[in-house]
Amino acid sequence: MTVIEPHVERDYVPAPEEPIKRRGQAWKNRLFKLAMLFSMFVAFGTLAVLLVDTVVTGWPALSTQLLTGLPSTVPDEAGARPAILATLYLGALVLLFSVPIGVLTAIYLEEYANRERWWNRAIEVNIQNLAAVPAIVYGILGLAFIVRGIGVGRVVLAGGLILTLVVLPTVVVASREAIRSVPDSIRQGAFALGATKWQVVWRQVLPASIPGIATGSILALSRAVGETAPLIMVGAITYVAFNPTLMGPYTALPVQIYNWTKQPDADFQTLAAAGAIVLLVIVLSMNAVAIFLRNRYRKQW
Amino acid sequence: MTTADATVARPAATTLPRKKIRWGEQAVHGVLFVAAAISVLTTVGIVISLVVPSIDFFREVSPTEFFLGTTWSPLFLDGEFGVLPLAVGTFVISFWSALVAFPLGLGVAIYLSEYAPPRVTSFLKPILEILAAIPTVVLGYFALTFVTPFLRDQVGVHVEIFNALAASLVLGVMLIPTVATLSEDAMAAVPRDLRDGGYALGADKLQVSTKIVVPAAISGIIAAWVLAFSRAVGETMIVLIAAGQLAQITVDPRESIQTITAFIGATGNGDVPTGSIEYKTIFAVGLTLFVMTLVINMVSIRLVRKYREVYE
Repeated sequence: MTVIEPHVERDYVPAPEEPIKRRGQAWKNRLFKLAMLFSMFVAFGTLAVLLVDTVVTGWPALSTQLLTGLPSTVPDEAGARPAILATLYLGALVLLFSVPIGVLTAIYLEEYANRERWWNRAIEVNIQNLAAVPAIVYGILGLAFIVRGIGVGRVVLAGGLILTLVVLPTVVVASREAIRSVPDSIRQGAFALGATKWQVVWRQVLPASIPGIATGSILALSRAVGETAPLIMVGAITYVAFNPTLMGPYTALPVQIYNWTKQPDADFQTLAAAGAIVLLVIVLSMNAVAIFLRNRYRKQW
Repeated sequence: MTTADATVARPAATTLPRKKIRWGEQAVHGVLFVAAAISVLTTVGIVISLVVPSIDFFREVSPTEFFLGTTWSPLFLDGEFGVLPLAVGTFVISFWSALVAFPLGLGVAIYLSEYAPPRVTSFLKPILEILAAIPTVVLGYFALTFVTPFLRDQVGVHVEIFNALAASLVLGVMLIPTVATLSEDAMAAVPRDLRDGGYALGADKLQVSTKIVVPAAISGIIAAWVLAFSRAVGETMIVLIAAGQLAQITVDPRESIQTITAFIGATGNGDVPTGSIEYKTIFAVGLTLFVMTLVINMVSIRLVRKYREVYE
């Protein structure tokens, strides 16, 4: 243990060793606390500055024009209606695909899969690895298989499928945790009453784990809605002046923001900030709902 | 009919009831397995979609040029295909963001787990989640339009308009929640007894935190760090918007740098004709990125196994 040498004056009588040590410790303690508070300050300070800066910059451009207008090369006339609509479509598609697939996968891994079998372990490791694959790599997958391979082209459906794959591991992990937290006594009780395996899962386990699954799904959805990189790859295009359809070209809100960011004109930067406000409102309100659900339905078995 | 009659008449049936095959149950099992198999198909799809065009690419560009070449200009006529500038750029950005996220994330974790009163923790953790939920395109915009001017005018660092520093700083802050939540989970799993033992021996809070809790949770903390690093390597939008498109070998974060992900994002916007060398380049570079993150992930799993402390 290092002891901080006190600055000794000529007529200074050194205190006994014990208190000096204490003083050194107290000094270290204070420094450590300061370092921790600095960490907190950086994390939360940046968040605050980001939110304030975005709102202040984007406020002048935040209008009904932005929400309902069509994109334009003139910043004053530009809106993001097609982008916002497409983002809502994408969100709906992600929910439609990722929740059933994710929950069924979770049920399989938690309730049915026999760990002794190598293929079940492979599925598990595989999902772990998929969670670590960068989102843009999914974009490459989409470019190769869905857009060019099957030849559906750069349409909303392709974007929805790719975003589904991006967030699927998140949904699976959250659902597994929710299912695992249902105590075994509930299953045993149902079995004892003569229920079949699926009846136990469908009528007992699943209803009990719905809050956890819902929380995880909403968080995954909010991530999908804010995801940009894979959509650039599967062709959310720059300029879409019509409402999107399922099998038609589209641009999503994050991609629209990215495109505005790239414009040299300062007015477009303002538009980008305004678009960012809209996106933040969508994403953060989803997060708020998820956090609320989690706190509201937290169960102690 | 009495029960006695039944047992006498069909003794075999009561002692050995034949199990009825429930076809519905079997079908459910099958459907569930198919759902689980989709994730495996995804991986297979990723590998195929990366490897097949990459083989084509390496027919035209020698692997030596690709992995050892120091110039990256694939979009020019007679372009050069040395991936090192992109790899170095990726590493530089990840390094600086790790320098931000590792210590600060750990600091936040120690504070939330050891120091903060429970009410403060339950208030701060959702805010941390909000930070983690900010879309990266917004973070990239923030790095470009706020952090870069701030560094230049307020801090006085001479950064270029597109620079690696602003991107790394914002990326680092974005990763703080990842490091903090995972480390905090690991620290929460350290049994109270260990802490109490430390206090009983006269240790103060600092000593208990840094010499007992952190070492006991080190496997989880390392896993959090490695995961954050892997996220930094794979992050696209922040670097694409704020770090620029200049593929050059430099360790100076004040300059513009292109990362692997930024190249893919900038090139793969759908305008590249299928089958062209530019098109194949996306896949070769994507394969490099995929292998990098896979290796990092495997290292993480290995490290966690090596340092794991198991408490009952």
